[in-house]
Amino acid sequence: MAFKLDAKIPAGALADKWSNHKAAIKVVSPANKRKLDIIVIGTGLGGGAAAASLGELGYNVKVFCIQDSPRRAHSIAAQGGINAAKNYQNDNDSVYRLFYDTIKGGDYRAREANVYRLAEVSNLIIDQCVAQGVPFAREYGGLLANRSFGGAQVSRTFYARGQTGQQLLLGAYAALNKEIAAGSVKSYPRHEMLDIVVENGEAKGIIARNLVTGEIERHGAHAVVIASGGYGNVFFLSTNAMGSNGSAAFQCYRKGAGFANPCFTQIHPTCIPVHGTQQSKLTLMSESLRNDGRIWVPKKLEDVKALRAGTLKPSEIKEEDRDYYLERRYPAFGNLVPRDVASRAAKERCDAGFGVNETGLAVFLDFKTAIERLGEDIIKQRYGNLFDMYEEITDVSPYKEPMQIFPAVHYTMGGIWVDYNLMTTIPGLYAIGEANFSDHGANRLGASALMQGLADGYFVLPYTIGDYLSKKIQAPKVDVNSPAFEEAEKAVKEKIQKLMSINGKQSVDDIHKKLGHIMWENVGMARTEQSLKTAIKEIQALRKEFWKDVKVVGDAMSFNVELEKALRLADFLELGELMARDALNREESCGGHFRSEHQTEEGEALRHDDKFAYAAVWEYKGMDEEPELTKEPLDYEFTHRAQRNYKD
Amino acid sequence: MNFTLKIWRQKDAKSKGAFETYKVTDISADTSFLEMLDILNNNLVHEGKDPVAFDHDCREGICGMCSLHINGLAHGPGQNATTCQIYMRKFKDGDTITIEPWRSAAFPVIKDLVVNRGAYDQILQAGGYVSVRTNSVPDANAIPIPKADADESMDAAACVGCGACAATCKNGSAMLFVAARVSSLAKLPQGRVEGARRAKAMVAKMDELGFGNCTNTGACQAECPKGISIAHIARLNREFLAAKLQD
Repeated sequence: MAFKLDAKIPAGALADKWSNHKAAIKVVSPANKRKLDIIVIGTGLGGGAAAASLGELGYNVKVFCIQDSPRRAHSIAAQGGINAAKNYQNDNDSVYRLFYDTIKGGDYRAREANVYRLAEVSNLIIDQCVAQGVPFAREYGGLLANRSFGGAQVSRTFYARGQTGQQLLLGAYAALNKEIAAGSVKSYPRHEMLDIVVENGEAKGIIARNLVTGEIERHGAHAVVIASGGYGNVFFLSTNAMGSNGSAAFQCYRKGAGFANPCFTQIHPTCIPVHGTQQSKLTLMSESLRNDGRIWVPKKLEDVKALRAGTLKPSEIKEEDRDYYLERRYPAFGNLVPRDVASRAAKERCDAGFGVNETGLAVFLDFKTAIERLGEDIIKQRYGNLFDMYEEITDVSPYKEPMQIFPAVHYTMGGIWVDYNLMTTIPGLYAIGEANFSDHGANRLGASALMQGLADGYFVLPYTIGDYLSKKIQAPKVDVNSPAFEEAEKAVKEKIQKLMSINGKQSVDDIHKKLGHIMWENVGMARTEQSLKTAIKEIQALRKEFWKDVKVVGDAMSFNVELEKALRLADFLELGELMARDALNREESCGGHFRSEHQTEEGEALRHDDKFAYAAVWEYKGMDEEPELTKEPLDYEFTHRAQRNYKD
Repeated sequence: MNFTLKIWRQKDAKSKGAFETYKVTDISADTSFLEMLDILNNNLVHEGKDPVAFDHDCREGICGMCSLHINGLAHGPGQNATTCQIYMRKFKDGDTITIEPWRSAAFPVIKDLVVNRGAYDQILQAGGYVSVRTNSVPDANAIPIPKADADESMDAAACVGCGACAATCKNGSAMLFVAARVSSLAKLPQGRVEGARRAKAMVAKMDELGFGNCTNTGACQAECPKGISIAHIARLNREFLAAKLQD
C-alpha cells in the first residue's frame, strides 16, 4: 500500500506561510504539558535544542544518546560556521536571498515552504546562541563578524574560530543541563535506541539498550523525536564520528516511516586524502579554508609525475603551470562553488590523471596567494588551528606547502520523510536535523547543517509538536507492558541473540569495509545504471555473508562495542541497498547525485524536471523485498527552476 | 613499525584489573594511535578474544570522548592534542607503550580503558549555563562585546570536557574544567548576570562529587589538549571569593 503523503504545506504567500501556520495550529496548556511525555533520540544540535526547549515548555522529556555525555554528539565537529540572514555586513543579504541560495544550492529538490521557514528563523538562532553565551567571533567594534561560504555571494556565516559546531552544541547542551537540573528532562547517556514501538498506528515509545550493562529497556511516551543524525558511515570511511549510524532512523523506516531521497549524499571536497587500507576515519578540513585557499593541480602531466616521485615540491611549480580549475571553470564563484560542484571538479581532474599524490587521488589547496596578500599572522589567526591539525596528521606545514585534499563522504541530505510539521508518516513520530530529508534538497550548502539542526530544535518542533499533542491531553501514560512493547522487545532480543550466535570468521569491521568499498565504487561521486545494479547485487550477497559469517565476541549483557557495531552494520547493509535503489530510480543528475549518463556537454549535473521533480519516498517491505516508491511532487510556486549557474 | 602494548584490562567496575601485553606489527607511521588500537582489536576479534574497550568518537580532537593515559601522560606525547590526534610517528619502532584509563576517584572504570565521566555533566548541571528561555532574547548585536573579551571567552570555551585535567592532577581536582566554564561565561555580559551564583554552585558540586582541591601545580594546564590556561583558575577564584564575600 503506497503512502498517502500530505506535506501539510500551509496556503498563502511564501513569507506568510509559517506565521499563518503558527497561528492556526493548536497549543497545549501548561497544566496539560505536565501530563505529556516526549522521547528525544540524539543530543546534537537538533535533539539537544529540542529536548531543552520542550523541557522548558513543561513537557516531561527523556533524552537518549549513545555517547557518555550529551555534549559529544557529532554536531560538535562542525568547524566553519552557521548561516543566518542578518545582513550585518550590509551586502544586501535577506531572508529571501538565503532561501534562494539554499533552494538553488540544493539543485531544486527541496520544498520551498520548508526552506523559506529555515531562512526565516535563521536570525533567531543567532540571537538565541549569543544570549546563551556562545563566544562568536567579533569585530573590534564589538559586533559580530562574518565570513563567506560556498554557494553564496554574501558574507552571512557566523563562526567561533574553527569550532562553531562545538560552541553551538555547548550552548544547546547548557540549555539542556538547565532543564536536567530543573527536573523537566531526564538524560540517558550510553543508551541506544534499538526499536520504535508503534501501537494502533501511532508512535508510543522505544526499546533501548543500556550500553554499559547490556540491559534492554522499554520507554513509553506520547511522542518520539528522532534526532539521530545521518547515515554517511554506510561508506565505512567518512568524516562522520565513529559511532554515527543510521539505525534509529532505519528502525523507523522498518516500522512504516517513509524514507526519502536516500541516495542524496554529500561528498565534501576538502578532506585529508586516504593514506592506506588500515584507516578507520577521514578528517575534514573546514570549508572556510576556501575563503582564502585556492584549489589547483599542475597543468603539465610531467609535473604530476615529478610530484609523485618526490623530485618536485608543489611550491616549486610556477604560477603559469598551475591549473586553478575552479577559478577557470566557475569565474563568478571561483573556489567558493557549492560542495558537490567542487568535489566533482576534483574528481574530473584526478580522473584525467592530474591527482597530485601517489594514489592519484588528491588536489592542492594552497594559501600562498593569501599569505602574500595578508601575511602569515592573519592567516594564522583565521586558520591556525586547522593548519596545526593538518600538520599533525600529515607532517606537512600548510604555511610552507599547499594542503592535499580529496572529497569524502560527509553528510546525508536524504532521511526520514517529514511533513511541514516535521512529523513522519507515523503519527507521533518526528524527525529533525540531519535525520530528516526536508531542507537541503540534493545538496546542502556549507554552514547550513547547524542552521537546520537548531532551527528544527529551537524554533519549529516545539510549536508543531503541540498541534499533535493537543489531541493527547486526555491520553493516559503509555503502558510499556502492552503487547506492542512485548513484541518489540522480543524481536530486539532475538536479533541480538542471533548476532551473538553466528560465530563466523569475519569481524564486523571486515564486512563493513567491504560494504564501504562497494558503496564508494558504485554509489559514490559518480553513479551509472550498471554500477548501481552491481551495487545492489553485491550488497545483497554481502548481507547474506554477514548473517552467516560475522563474528561478534563477548557477552550481550555487558559493555560490548562489537555488538553495538554489528547491530548498526546490519542496518547499514539494508540502507546501502536502499541508497543504490533510489539512485537507480533517479535517472537524472542533481546536486550530490551524479548519474554519469545525465550530464551537460560541460560535465555539469543535468536535471530532468519533467520526470524527477519529486521527493522519492520509500516504504519498507522486508529485508529481501523491494521497497515501494511513493512520489511527493515538488511544486515550485515561487522560484524559477533553472540550470544551476556558478559561472557568471 | 612494531610495538609492544601494555594495556590495562578490567572486565567491569567491580572486577580487579591488570595489565596485559600485546604485540602489533606492520603499523604505518601515518596511522593514528586509535587506528593502531582498531588494528589490535580486529586481530583480537579474529582470535576470538574480547577486544580492548576504549572511548572515542569524532577522531578529530573535538568531541572529548577519547581519554587515555599513554606512557603515563594524559592523551599521550602530543602537545595540545587529544589521544585521537596522536600519530604513530610520535613513537619509535619497537617501543613498548603503556596504556591506562584515566585514574581518578571521580571517574570510575566501566570497562578496560572506559571510565564514567558523568561527574562533569553533574557539575555543569549545577550552574554551567545562562538561564535564558528559547526565543526570549534580544538581537544578537544589541550588546557589543569587546573583541578581546570574546576571544578570551572563546579560549576558555575550547574545553572539550575530556577529563584529562582531573585525571592528571595529583589531588584529583577538576578546577581547570570548572574554571573554563565559569571564566568563559564571566567574560561575557550575558554570563555576568548569574556569575556569583554559578561560581558557588559549580564549586560546591565539584567538592560534593569527590574531586580534590587545587594546589596550583599547573599539571592540568600542561596536559590539557586544548591548552587551557590556569589563568582561568585565578578568575574562578576571584569570582568565587567575590561571591562568598557578598553572602
